[in-house]
Amino acid sequence: MEMVQGRFENFVSGIGRVIIQNINGLGSIFKFMLSFFYWAVRPPIRPRLLFEQLEFIGNKSIFIITLAGSFTGMVMAYQTYFGFQLINVDSLVGPVTAISLARELAPVLTGLIVAGRAGAAMAAQIGTMKVTEQVDALEVMGINSVQYLAVPRIIAGTLSVPMLSVFFLFIGNVGSYFVGTKALAIDEAIYLSKLGDFMFLTDIWQGVIKAFFFGFVVSVIGTYFGFSVTKGAEGVGKGTNLAVVWGMISVLVLDYFLTSFLVQVL
Amino acid sequence: MLHFENSAVEIKNLTKVFGEHTVLNNLNFDIPKGKITTILGFSGAGKSTLLKHILGLHKPTSGQINVLDRDLSKMSEVDLREFRQKFGMLFQYAALFDSMTAKQNVEFPLKEFTSMTPEEVNNRAETLLESVGLEEFSHNKLPSELSGGMRKRVGLARALALSPDIMLYDEPTTGLDPITTKMVNDLIVETGEIHKEQQMSSIIISHDVQATLKISDYVAFLNRGNIVEYLPASEFAKSEHPLVQEFINL
Repeated sequence: MEMVQGRFENFVSGIGRVIIQNINGLGSIFKFMLSFFYWAVRPPIRPRLLFEQLEFIGNKSIFIITLAGSFTGMVMAYQTYFGFQLINVDSLVGPVTAISLARELAPVLTGLIVAGRAGAAMAAQIGTMKVTEQVDALEVMGINSVQYLAVPRIIAGTLSVPMLSVFFLFIGNVGSYFVGTKALAIDEAIYLSKLGDFMFLTDIWQGVIKAFFFGFVVSVIGTYFGFSVTKGAEGVGKGTNLAVVWGMISVLVLDYFLTSFLVQVL
Repeated sequence: MLHFENSAVEIKNLTKVFGEHTVLNNLNFDIPKGKITTILGFSGAGKSTLLKHILGLHKPTSGQINVLDRDLSKMSEVDLREFRQKFGMLFQYAALFDSMTAKQNVEFPLKEFTSMTPEEVNNRAETLLESVGLEEFSHNKLPSELSGGMRKRVGLARALALSPDIMLYDEPTTGLDPITTKMVNDLIVETGEIHKEQQMSSIIISHDVQATLKISDYVAFLNRGNIVEYLPASEFAKSEHPLVQEFINL
């Protein structure tokens, strides 16, 4: 009986420990976010660092966004066509694909791609700087490391993801248009006219607003896990892994809450 | 215990507690201006914590630290950041920014904190790199392309860029071969000599007893958060303190 009670106590205290650790972690991320806002508005402003990050997160993601966007649009057109064909509404393939891309697929997939690519890079770069004392070197010089390393990355991520998401949407629609009109033989005029009838600017805005938040969250998580790195190369690997995993989970969870809010206000 | 009329750093009753662990225990300690002072001690003695307090990166649990006659505990975060420009620091592994070349590393503090023209920055960086003996063909190399000794030279040039009043050396010779160790020690002495007029003080954190005794003016021995011995370097080896003798004879 005592053994069972002991195991039960261990089980409950184990759960409690995990909950406390996670709350502590959330608190640390929130504190880090506050320090970002504090340092983002203080001089000196370093535009060169911001443009470097915009180039890395935005410009250098274009190829992978082009690939992901075009194939997502093409697959969506196929899948929608085979469903809609059964009830003779295959002419709606264009608008359904476009709305899905605008409201969900473009911002979410862009957020996930940036979390995997740039979020991981942010954590690895800052983590390596942390374990090789480069972050300490900045602090000793009197330069705030959050201001120098995190602020440009977070601002660039927040600005880049909406732009990449709009690009994803455009490329996805091009892919969908070619599959719909060339491979599935939907009439071009009908495809375009239905697209004009059912797709609105609010659909695009919904995606852009979501992408803005995804960009912010992914960059905060990437930089936060970079600064949290300890214990050498193993720590850098662990930090990078956590940045990608939590970046992606955050995009998916945040997507639900943003969707439930935006469908009511837009 | 030694006291100096003209101190670069004055530490009064400094205590630092992390959780339940007391790292620095009511420490009283002066570091003279214009001299080389080394702090020796076993791992975990509190040397790095002491260094971080001198830099104002840690706040004391109690006690006071005056650096260049200013009480760090009364300075705001912004003032402290500006004040840190009076320090130069050579890290154990140099801590060079790996995305920048040797010259860009030296130019970095000049670009951040001075209003020099690009040409002046370039000239100053080249002069500094030459003064630490880094040959010209290495100026545009990345840290990953430089040897350990060369990286130390660049780290020292970067630390000296803003003509600091206090130079800090964190384990400057740990892990280096004997020839590079001698080169780094010579550089520390030369740097002190060159900056003698501005009374630059050097503080070294080290395990290396033999090198310490050769290059230092004063040596302090830190154990369990307290200075147990503090003597001129010439007298340190003769100390009768059992821990000092144990450390020297290791």
